[in-house]
Amino acid sequence: MDIDTQRLSKHTSQRFNAELEDVRNRVLAMGGLVEQQVVDAVNAMVKGDVALAEQVITNDMKVNSMEVAIDEECTQVIARRQPTASDLRLIIAVIKTITDLERMGDQAERVARMAIHLAEQAVSARNNYYDEIRIMGNHVTAMVHDTLDAFARLDVEAALRVPRDDLAADRQYESIMRQQLTFIMEDPRSISHALDVMWAARALERIGDHSRNICEYIIYLVKGKDVRHVSIEEMEQAARAPR
Amino acid sequence: MMLDVAQKPAAATATSMVTAKTKLVVKDLRFFYGETEALKNVSMPLYDRQVTAIIGPSGCGKSTLLRVFNRMYDLYPEQRAEGEALMDGQNILDPRLDKNLLRARIGMVFQKPTPFPMSIYDNIAFGIRLYHRPSRAEMDDRVETALRGAALWSEVKHKLHASGLSLSGGQQQRLCIARTIAVNPDVILLDEPCSALDPIATAKIEELIDELKNQYTIAIVTHNMQQAARVSDYTAFMYLGELVEFGKTNDVFTGPRDSRTEDYITGRFG
Repeated sequence: MDIDTQRLSKHTSQRFNAELEDVRNRVLAMGGLVEQQVVDAVNAMVKGDVALAEQVITNDMKVNSMEVAIDEECTQVIARRQPTASDLRLIIAVIKTITDLERMGDQAERVARMAIHLAEQAVSARNNYYDEIRIMGNHVTAMVHDTLDAFARLDVEAALRVPRDDLAADRQYESIMRQQLTFIMEDPRSISHALDVMWAARALERIGDHSRNICEYIIYLVKGKDVRHVSIEEMEQAARAPR
Repeated sequence: MMLDVAQKPAAATATSMVTAKTKLVVKDLRFFYGETEALKNVSMPLYDRQVTAIIGPSGCGKSTLLRVFNRMYDLYPEQRAEGEALMDGQNILDPRLDKNLLRARIGMVFQKPTPFPMSIYDNIAFGIRLYHRPSRAEMDDRVETALRGAALWSEVKHKLHASGLSLSGGQQQRLCIARTIAVNPDVILLDEPCSALDPIATAKIEELIDELKNQYTIAIVTHNMQQAARVSDYTAFMYLGELVEFGKTNDVFTGPRDSRTEDYITGRFG
């Protein structure tokens, strides 16, 4: 049977309820921080804000330590509670989700590093990447936000929208790559600069992929079905089929 | 196909559960203690040489169900069963059936170890002597085989004439299992066999169950859900006399279909 947010905290053991609630809250807190990191990294790049970029780089340590702490808490729950059924799927989904969130944090840090490179280069050497990066950045940030929302509400339909959004993110990435390659062909002096933009776009594309991964874990958590490595159509079919 | 058995039991019939070989099956089984209906239209299989765990809260009917399999309830006049119970296609509820022969084919081990007040050797030999007259050498052989089968031989071979009551709780329970398998049963019923045992003795019994299922069909009633998850291939969840869910243990413990099953195994009951 499917689980929902109401059922999660109905154990006879109040302490167990509190432990699972704590794990969920910590994941959402980590997700919130990662989402902010993505927003800040994109802003830093588009506005040439070096201070903001450096803040993103520093904050990545917080993301990493949250991953370690939540992993430890999940291990404790498994050892002490031997969770089964939906509780087991929740812990497994959390362990996988925080790995993807930590990687998203790393990718946001990469964007911030590229932002610093770009800001340090002469204005004349810079091509006009701002709009494309901003658009893709907003799109990917929305995907991260929607993913965390779906996780909080255990909303399968919301989780199913993100993989489709990821297709758009992939197309935006390809578009930026083509644009930057054009600049390189026109003026080889722009290679270094164009590569920075391409790395940043690649990092954003990876953030989109990680969001999709997390949505697959949400479907597993709610429905008990593993929808990794299948097409979007197969995923939707499996997620909507009755047990 | 196998998934059929995990659907709502009311819809599943004995004849649809034929993908894995079925050793014993009950169909629309009802059981009464006087006027009280303790089992309500229970239909489920015991698959051949598989371990089926029966779990559920106190009073759900799991021990009652077990006692139907070997007609234990026949000892009490006010208890009666209606419906079908078939082993290898033969109706075991037939009043003309030889119950003693049935209970040799379907053995039972209880929560409290019940060795006979006689030597270890005689505990095993007693049951054999009811059906056969083996020579001394043959009997020695059969006693050894039974004790080996119950993973007890190495611990008692030097004291076969010591009293069965002189053994530890875990050893006594294994003696009871040896006694059961000495008469070559088809099915072994275990009613909370480890409830009175410490974790080490429990682990040994569970290991034994894993070996025994190569030869025997096993049904185990247990309060310990982790034990059910560890030892069984199939799990039946019962509640208030009904079979709520039946399925592969892996499926029941990772993604049960019924919310009552989910609530029970995750500790949300009550």
